Amino acid sequence: MTNAAKADKLVSMREAIATYVNDDCSVAIEGFTGFISFAAGHEIIRQKRRELTLIRMTPDLIYDQMIAAGTAKKLIFSYMGNPGVGSLYCIRRAVEKAIPRPLELEEYSHYGLVGRYAAAASRMPFFPLRSYIGSDMLTVNPLIKVVDDPYGSGQIAVVPPLNLDVAIVHAQRADRQGNTQLWGLLGMQKEVAFAAKRVIVVVEEVVDEATVRADPNRTLIPGLIVNAVVHEPYGAHPSYVQGYYDRDNESYLAWDKLSQDHAAVLAWLDEWVYGLENHAAYVRKLGQAYLDKLRPEPLRAPSVDYGRYR
Amino acid sequence: MSERTYTDSEMMIAVAARVLKGARTVFVGVGLPNIACNLARYTVAPDLELIYESGVYGARPERLPLSIGDPTLVSGAISVVSMADLFGLYLQRGLVEIALLGGAQIDRYGNLNTTVIGDYRTPKTRLPGSGGACEISINAQRTFMIMRLKRRAFVDKLDFLTSPGHLTGGDSRAQLGLPGGGPELVITDKAILDFANPQHEMQLSALHPGVTVKDVQAEVGWSLRLGETIQETAAPTTEELRLIREELDPHAMYR
Repeated sequence: MTNAAKADKLVSMREAIATYVNDDCSVAIEGFTGFISFAAGHEIIRQKRRELTLIRMTPDLIYDQMIAAGTAKKLIFSYMGNPGVGSLYCIRRAVEKAIPRPLELEEYSHYGLVGRYAAAASRMPFFPLRSYIGSDMLTVNPLIKVVDDPYGSGQIAVVPPLNLDVAIVHAQRADRQGNTQLWGLLGMQKEVAFAAKRVIVVVEEVVDEATVRADPNRTLIPGLIVNAVVHEPYGAHPSYVQGYYDRDNESYLAWDKLSQDHAAVLAWLDEWVYGLENHAAYVRKLGQAYLDKLRPEPLRAPSVDYGRYR
Repeated sequence: MSERTYTDSEMMIAVAARVLKGARTVFVGVGLPNIACNLARYTVAPDLELIYESGVYGARPERLPLSIGDPTLVSGAISVVSMADLFGLYLQRGLVEIALLGGAQIDRYGNLNTTVIGDYRTPKTRLPGSGGACEISINAQRTFMIMRLKRRAFVDKLDFLTSPGHLTGGDSRAQLGLPGGGPELVITDKAILDFANPQHEMQLSALHPGVTVKDVQAEVGWSLRLGETIQETAAPTTEELRLIREELDPHAMYR
């Protein structure tokens, strides 16, 4: 662990990925439907990482793209769909036809994978949950076990901690030390960050420490566990960031068609990932006028009074 | 039949809304179930609060959500929590009265498959998997299924049991200590089915207007049990159709 106490951790995405994501490591780019760091996923593709174990509750388009690009040997997940649209064809091609390579699957329910993050986040040996009993999921994943409650209530399912190497979390804002504030769907971002050995936060805005301290209940992830802060406006496109931009549903629908053909996917990767230097170039290619259409009307929360006690 | 003024989807939405009468909480997915829950709020369940597995309690979406993680579910909600809290404090705590579920396959005991068609290791079709469905089916007080009646979906034997219903029937669910009551209704485009017999076996409860027992049996992969009395489902009312078409799904995304 190299968490310097109060270091300036602001780096480029290229440097963050080069430094913290190695071949053969386990990576979670998390965020439930929104806050998905496509910018990080694309940089991992660009840097040609291989043999990754990719972890995400809902693999979404970003893992479809990363798996089509050949970065991964294994996927740990709990719901494999294009949310609200349909299938993830690249992942299905890997599973059903080993294109571009075979992909090992390790499968949970949502609460089971949340539980694996939560156990690792608090460094506990397992997480108990009321799930799986009666389901065939128990028979295909030997890591899910059923044990007797030592206090006598009967049988209970347990999952082990997921001690992953790298968590990548997108949020609205952080300071340069990585104190990260997020509002909207909190998903599993806190648990995955505390679970991981290394944490990269990617934000729409970099703010000063005073802004964070002015609203401490909003801080989901402390800089204490963060290794790198990347400033990447629109870094979650085509997913969304609450209050900043909406999901670009046209892109999700377009992917549903395009991704049915592996050659078309490779051409897309050439145009939108390999052919671009970084995410700023991706944003320029989309164009500000296009992105402006995704901006929601404002709906500001009234501020609260924390009180000054001295 | 030929003078019917509503679609199959509108019938399913209307029926699903009616059976939420008086409910306080419902665990909801996107599409038809979402429209049904909002229709119920306008009609038979004014105190109904919508719970989404993405971590939202008491959503008041201003547009039809594109997915269960749509940002419109956050704005104006009563509470937004982590998924750990949603599954632990709301679902497992027993606060979900009714869950609406669907699947690629269902069997006579209301067990659901959303994982694979074919063999698990060498699937013919890889489906999305559980998501929250496995724990929802185990913990919700009551479960209602919304599925189109198709022979390939209503199967004698599931390829994979993702989410437990009444398992092998009788008291097999209670024997395993599953907290929720399990499946109560299956709402389809042709009929309503229930499990109101000691074996908890799916049985025909009501036929939609113009549908016969034979029509239903033709889409079910086992010999379907008939309920003691078989009702005719009331067609969607003018007001239900108005709310669906003008307020809830004006762009006809789910009709």
